[in-house]
Amino acid sequence: MSAVMITRKVRKWEKLPGKNTFCCDGRVMMARQKGVFYLTLFLIVGTCALFFAFECPYLAVHLSPTIPVFAALLFLFVLAMLLRTSFSDPGVLPRALPEEASFIEMEIEAANGNVPAGQRPPPRIRNVEINNQIVKLKYCYTCKIFRPPRASHCSICDNCVDRFDHHCPWVGNCVGKRNYRYFYLFTLSLSLLTIYIFTFNIVHVVMRSVDNGFLNTLKETPGTVLEVLVCFFTLWSVVGLTGFHTYLISLNQTTNEDIKGSWSGKNRVQNPYSHKNMIKNCCEVLCGPTYPSVLDRRGLMQLSPVSEFSANDTDASPCSSSTDSSNSSKTLPSTKRAILCLHKPRPPPIRNNPTSDDLKASITDTAHTSPAHSQAEESSAAKTPPLATPETDAEASVAKSH
Amino acid sequence: VSETRQCFHNLQELRHSASLANKVFIQRDYSEGTTCKFQTKFPIELESRIERTLFEDTVKTLNNFYAEAEKIGGQSYLEGCLACTTAYLIFLCIETRYEKVLKKIANYIQEQNEKIYAPRGLVITDPIERGMRVVSLITIL
Repeated sequence: MSAVMITRKVRKWEKLPGKNTFCCDGRVMMARQKGVFYLTLFLIVGTCALFFAFECPYLAVHLSPTIPVFAALLFLFVLAMLLRTSFSDPGVLPRALPEEASFIEMEIEAANGNVPAGQRPPPRIRNVEINNQIVKLKYCYTCKIFRPPRASHCSICDNCVDRFDHHCPWVGNCVGKRNYRYFYLFTLSLSLLTIYIFTFNIVHVVMRSVDNGFLNTLKETPGTVLEVLVCFFTLWSVVGLTGFHTYLISLNQTTNEDIKGSWSGKNRVQNPYSHKNMIKNCCEVLCGPTYPSVLDRRGLMQLSPVSEFSANDTDASPCSSSTDSSNSSKTLPSTKRAILCLHKPRPPPIRNNPTSDDLKASITDTAHTSPAHSQAEESSAAKTPPLATPETDAEASVAKSH
Repeated sequence: VSETRQCFHNLQELRHSASLANKVFIQRDYSEGTTCKFQTKFPIELESRIERTLFEDTVKTLNNFYAEAEKIGGQSYLEGCLACTTAYLIFLCIETRYEKVLKKIANYIQEQNEKIYAPRGLVITDPIERGMRVVSLITIL
């Protein structure tokens, strides 16, 4: 065997499925398409820069110095909320590990019973009762889980997101449970900033025109025209969006539910999550607990070397010798198991790596079997540390057997 | 105590390579909404391994921890409003209440594993490692 095994430690974000991009070693998490996000950033920063350059000097002198100060604070707040919304984990649900996925599959098959051949199996839906309403939980074929209530799968990011609201290209990320309040505060503060800049642009132009004339004012501060244009178009969209989300929050609904009409209409279920009180709904969404990320992007994980190499390495594994030794005389409990093989993990044989006590017992037991086998077992057992795992043991066994 | 601790550490290592071991998954209980709560129904597979009351106590305590973390009341409002005034930059310095409770949960699960579950050949995993979807119990023996 001549394979070179290197166990690398990588951060978990490098191996996460889904179409996200990560920056700053996993601290920042965004969607793949970021072009519109850069545009948002450019528009906000650019317009504010023009405002500080052209309007603020005049207004600070002729009206009050608090005007640029307040504008600066508002601008910083908008930026902070935007970056927080864009860079944080929206509430992505990790995909099911193979064991959990197969457990769920078994449950589904048990629930479905025998489906006659040729017939389509029933859709994978689980009904749960929430606050005396029946809510259907759908199965996600990508993530292999039954989605929790209010979760939805974002096709752009290829993740299931808890309390999925919508995927916002302006922000370059999904909006979900963890970053909804930051998104709302972003739209709210941006509305205020836009109204603020628009108002003071008008005030500035009016005040200056009284002294200098309208056309001269525009010549002196050309930025004003640009700002007014940007603010005018932004106003309609952002203020409208803020109003829409205020309405949703007061009803404790998500955009996704609103679009699908989950809780509207007489035949449908009423929203089981609403407290039927606008203030309570607002408080829950905006002042509720800050949920932690369940993704663990920066955790370290061992990159298993067996997954990096093909199954051609199976032939020369030291494991094969030990599997032949007799195990009918004594079956060791499978509490301790060492996987000595360097091939892909398949259910390992129950012949285990014993401690020194068990080793003595097994050697005396298998003394009547071929001495070569027991010797091989003893030597291979002695080489490996107890309770080895595939990753650590691969290294150890390569180091010791070559 | 040191023996059980060693045994527990060994079990932790095995957990990662336990492809043959049986796993039981305790699902979420959504009857009260989207707050984190696990079903206290005793799974059949564990009938021969652990007493019903011990298992139910563990799950109920976990549910209480999560309820405490997600409680919407005076303290959460204060935390939320205070953080908002600092544009949430204060969370770079201090821990949120939820994170504090998660640490308590991690300690509790480790303690339960050492005292109750490891002697019976079981290991409970912290639900946060599974996206707070399930509490998985691994049978080793």
